[in-house]
Amino acid sequence: MTLASNGISIERWTRSSRLALGGVALALALFAIAPLTLGAGAIDRMTALFIYVILAAMWNALAGFGGLVSVGQQVFFGLGAYFTIRLADTGLNPFLALFAAAIITGAISLPLSFFMLRLKGGEFAIGMWVISALTHMLVNLDRLIQGETGTSLISLNVYDINTRRVVIYWLALASMAALLGILFALLRSRAGAAIQAIRDNEDAATSLGVRVVATKRLLFVLAAFGIAIAGALWLATATTFQPKTYFSVQWTAYMIFMVLIGGIGKFEGAILGAVLFFVIETFFGAMGVWYLIGLGATAVLFSLFLPQGLWGEIERRFDLRLLPVGYRVKLPGPPKIQWNQ
Amino acid sequence: MQIATHQQGPGDAFLSARGIHKRFGALVVLDNIDFSMGQSDAIGIVGPNGAGKTTLLSALAGAFAPNAGTITFDGRNVTALSAAERCRSGLVRTHQVPKPFSGMTTFENVFVAASHGDSVSRDEAYERVIDSLTLCGMLGVANRQADTLGLLDRKRLELARALATRPKLMLLDEIGGGLTDGEASELVATILELRRRGIGIVWIEHIVHILLQVAERLICMDAGRIIADGEPRAVMADAGVVKAYLGGTSA
Repeated sequence: MTLASNGISIERWTRSSRLALGGVALALALFAIAPLTLGAGAIDRMTALFIYVILAAMWNALAGFGGLVSVGQQVFFGLGAYFTIRLADTGLNPFLALFAAAIITGAISLPLSFFMLRLKGGEFAIGMWVISALTHMLVNLDRLIQGETGTSLISLNVYDINTRRVVIYWLALASMAALLGILFALLRSRAGAAIQAIRDNEDAATSLGVRVVATKRLLFVLAAFGIAIAGALWLATATTFQPKTYFSVQWTAYMIFMVLIGGIGKFEGAILGAVLFFVIETFFGAMGVWYLIGLGATAVLFSLFLPQGLWGEIERRFDLRLLPVGYRVKLPGPPKIQWNQ
Repeated sequence: MQIATHQQGPGDAFLSARGIHKRFGALVVLDNIDFSMGQSDAIGIVGPNGAGKTTLLSALAGAFAPNAGTITFDGRNVTALSAAERCRSGLVRTHQVPKPFSGMTTFENVFVAASHGDSVSRDEAYERVIDSLTLCGMLGVANRQADTLGLLDRKRLELARALATRPKLMLLDEIGGGLTDGEASELVATILELRRRGIGIVWIEHIVHILLQVAERLICMDAGRIIADGEPRAVMADAGVVKAYLGGTSA
């Protein structure tokens, strides 16, 4: 809480948000020691959950906070995996390759942003899909990948299967925690306020001194980097790389689904959405086509009846802010009555 | 037609526009505009609908590049600068149709302006926001999401945000439209306070009696041209101005 003039103060944390932050720290600590008790299958599932949280948080930052709706984010997921294969092939340690690949993908997103961010609204959304399809074809041309036959991250085989599983779990957990932390700090900073201002009205933002393109670029590159880490981690758990699996629009569909049901534009919403998606997939994932129909129906019902998502509804009903990125003004209350003279 | 010449050489003009020309397709909306003002001047702009007033304001603020002409501000040629950079150098505008950041609170709307106008510490930005909200009578709605604000508050928000950028010169576009007499006199008091702080004002307004309480100089535009410029009462009495308002084609 910062004191401004005349007893007015600006509140950025509430009691419930401080508790929530403690809860998050506790949960992360429990997740960190969980592999000691979890079975192999459960460890793999939890790794998938962490990757889903990264994907949902990144798409939410881009679309929910920045207004940059993209249906081509799978391009970064695919590139993260592809560069991991490429770097590992040169002899780089596969675990190091995961993060080097994400950095390369983030670096590639920078020149890409120079023309993609000129596009607005639907043009940007579809344009990103086009970029993804083009990139997919280019990756197929690489002889190492052998077209749609694909290849594997064979250098992982030097590690024993159980060690590998736990290391990937920890890397996914650490990546999720770090990326959520970076995103949370960014959205709470003044750049975060600018990001939301651009989403709501670009003209007004620029006329108030916000450097619109630079701000969008920051968000675009961060989202590319985060989604590339998710793609690289997915490759590490699956070990096989088939371009059409990674460059599939299904990944962006999952991101949109998670963010819509969790609550678009709410930091907590994306995390909740990823957990919900994970639960649905765990219980109904084996049902094939009916599972996909169920996902679609759920998305339709949410957009009709809970457009703010589950978290939006919780926040509205209980005025609950666990991980707030905004500002609350506390005005000085009426003077206290002195009962004792 | 020039009614009164201003005792101001080009050297001491704080904001000046020379030969500004803007067309949209075949339609000429700004036709060779020449205009200059000093740092703490208060200028009103009037004219019938479609005269080019808002377009002129947008050109000065940097919303688009004119087809021809030069704009200088605070001793610097700003013609090629974006609106954001002009704002950072002290030239800010408001919008005729309010453009709130609808998903953010009133406080957050103004905070965006306070924290991006120039480099300020967070506490300084907070102080600026509180000062702007207080001056514009918006402290009570500081935590309201902007899309729940009524028209009056949306107009006040335009002014509060612009003020929070700590401008040297404000370009105001019809912030008084649709106000009751009481609200209008509050607005005039606010603008006079800005004047007292040394902020220059260019104000487009249809409600002339409000404008005349602030403006020391009045410009009348018609069909993309400045048809009169000078002492307010003389401009209002000018035959060309009367004709532009009451019908007939402008001379």
